[in-house]
Amino acid sequence: MSAAVIDVRNLQTHIVTRWGTIKAVDGVSFALREAETLGLVGESGSGKSMTCLSIVRLVPRPAARIVGGQVRLDGDDLLAKTDTEMQQIRGRRVAMILQDPMSSLNPVFSIGMQMREPLAMYHGLRGGAVRARAAELLASVRIPSPEARLRAFPHQLSGGMRQRVVGAMAIAGPPRVLIADEPTTSLDLTIQAQYLGLLKELQVRHRFAMVFVTHNLGIVARTCDRVAVMYAGRVVEIGPVRRLFTAPSHPYTQALLASIPRFGVRQARLTAIAGQPPDLATLPAGCAFAPRCPHALDRCVTEAPPETAVGPAHTTRCWLNVPA
Amino acid sequence: MSRVLTLPDAEVQQQSSPRGRRAPVVSLAIISVFVLVGIFAPLLSPADPYEQTLRLRFRPPVWEERGSWAHPLGTDRLGRDVLTRIMWGSRISLAAGVLTVLLASAVGAAIGLVAGYYGGRIDAGLMRVTDATLSFPVILLALILAVTVGPSFTNVVIAIAVILWARYARVIRSQVLTLMELDFIAQARLAGAGGWRIITRHLLPNTLNTLVVLVTLQVGYVIIVEASLSFLGAGIPPPTPAWGSMIAEGRDVVTSAWWVSMFPGLAILLVVLAFNLLGDWLRDTLDPKLRQL
Repeated sequence: MSAAVIDVRNLQTHIVTRWGTIKAVDGVSFALREAETLGLVGESGSGKSMTCLSIVRLVPRPAARIVGGQVRLDGDDLLAKTDTEMQQIRGRRVAMILQDPMSSLNPVFSIGMQMREPLAMYHGLRGGAVRARAAELLASVRIPSPEARLRAFPHQLSGGMRQRVVGAMAIAGPPRVLIADEPTTSLDLTIQAQYLGLLKELQVRHRFAMVFVTHNLGIVARTCDRVAVMYAGRVVEIGPVRRLFTAPSHPYTQALLASIPRFGVRQARLTAIAGQPPDLATLPAGCAFAPRCPHALDRCVTEAPPETAVGPAHTTRCWLNVPA
Repeated sequence: MSRVLTLPDAEVQQQSSPRGRRAPVVSLAIISVFVLVGIFAPLLSPADPYEQTLRLRFRPPVWEERGSWAHPLGTDRLGRDVLTRIMWGSRISLAAGVLTVLLASAVGAAIGLVAGYYGGRIDAGLMRVTDATLSFPVILLALILAVTVGPSFTNVVIAIAVILWARYARVIRSQVLTLMELDFIAQARLAGAGGWRIITRHLLPNTLNTLVVLVTLQVGYVIIVEASLSFLGAGIPPPTPAWGSMIAEGRDVVTSAWWVSMFPGLAILLVVLAFNLLGDWLRDTLDPKLRQL
C-alpha cells in the first residue's frame, strides 16, 4: 500500500453566527492514495463543501475558522502553512473545480488570456510556449480545434465547454489532489456523463487523488473508489463503494440509498427520510441523526457513537454497530 | 423547407445595435471640435487672448450694428476678442474636466476595489470616509482652498478631485461586491492568485465599463463646477481665459453687452450637453444596469 497523497485527520471548522457557533466540519478524517477517488455525499448543509474549502484553507472568513485537525498533502500539514505558502500550493498541488460553469470564467478575457495566468504563474511560461501549452491542455479535455478556442470568450462557449476549460486549467499544475465540488450538477445529463468520463481519463493520466462532492449517488457508484457519507458535519460512514452500497451499516446511509427511486420498481410514493435536516446550531449531545433514526436507542441521544470498523476499510459511527 | 426555418428577426437584430440606440454623432462632433480648437487655439484664434485694446471695448458681434469681422463675437470690457478667449478657454475647461475626472476615478476606483475586495474593517473604514466626503459640498471646499492657498488651475483640479473620488469609490465597491459572489473570483483564488492579482486581473477589468461611463458623465459635471468656481473667483484666476470667469466679467454689463457672458455660457452648455449625451449613450450601450447614475 503506497503512502497517502492526502491525509485529512480530525478536521474541524466552525462558523460563528448570530445563533451560536456551528460545527460545520466536525472531526472529518479520510486519506486518499494516488489515483484514488473519494465520493463525498450528504444533504445540503452537511459540511461537504466546507470540508473542501477547509482543505484549501479558503473558508469564508471571518465567520468561518478552521479550529483543529491536520490536512497532510504528501506529508506536509497544509494547516500549518503561511498564507503565501498556501498561494503557492493552491492550483499547483491542490486544484478545485466549482459547480457553476457559467460564472467560473472571467467574462472579459478570452480563454487563451485566462489560461495564460496559471501557466505563467506555475511554470513561468511566456509567449508562444504559453499558447502551445494552453492549446495542448484544451486538447486534453477534448475541446475541438483548441487553437481557435483560445481566442473565444467565455460567453461564446456552452456550459459543458466552459466546464472543460475550467478542468483544463485545474490540471495545469498538474495537481496531486483535485477537488471537484459538484462539477456536473449544472450540466445536461449527456454532458455530465462525458465530463465524468473525462475526469476519470485525466486522473488515469496524471494520477491525482480526487475528492468528488455530489448529491448524486449514481455518479458516486460510477466514478468513486470509496464513499464518505456526511451528516451534520461528521462522516457517519466511510467505506469502499461496492460495500457501502450493498451493505450500508449506518441507518442514515441506508435511508439515503432507500430514497433513490429505482427503475422498474413501481412505488406509490418515493421513500423519504422522516423529519427535517438538523439545525446545526442546536445539535443534540449524541448522534445528530438520532431524532430521525428509526432504530434510535436511548444512548444515541446522549452519547456520540465512536467510529467502529464494520469491514475492511469500512467504518461507521453508530451505536448499533458497537459490540456491547 | 429551409425558408420556413429561417428566423426573420435574426437579420434585423444584426443590423441595429443590440440596445437599439444610435451613436451620438452630434455629441462626438461637438466634443471633437472643442478639443481640436483647444489644442490648436494658438494657430486658429484670430487675435491674442490677452491683448487689450481699450479703444475697441464692448464691440458687439458681427451681425449687430457697429459689429465687424475683426471681432466676430465682439469684445469685452478690455477690448479683448471674445471668440479668441472662448477658444483658449476650451483648453482650460476640457483640461480641467478631463484631468480632474481621471485623477478622481483613479483614486476612487482604487479605494472601491480595495474596500470591496478586503471587506470587514478596511471596507467599513474606507466607506465611512467616502460617506463623509460625499456630504461635503465641492464649491465650499474649493472656496476654502482658494482662500487659503490661492486660486490656480492645479488647486481647482485638486479641490474637485478631492470630493469627486468618493462617487467612484461607492459605485466600484458595490460592483466589486457583486463580482465577488461569482465563481471566477473563487476559481482564481483556488488557482493560487493573491489579492493584488485578483484585484488587477479580475476585478478591475470587470469594472472598466462602469468606469468609462461614469468618467464620461462626470466630465460635464466637472466643467460646470470649474466654471462655477471661476465665476466665483475661486477658480482659475484672471486674466487666464476661463469660461466661468468670462461669464463673471460680463455680469455687470449683461443688459448692454450681453455677448460678453452669453457666448462663454453657450460654450459651456454645448460641451456639457455633448458629454452628457455621450455618457448616456455609453451607459445604455455598455452597462444598462447603471440607470441610476
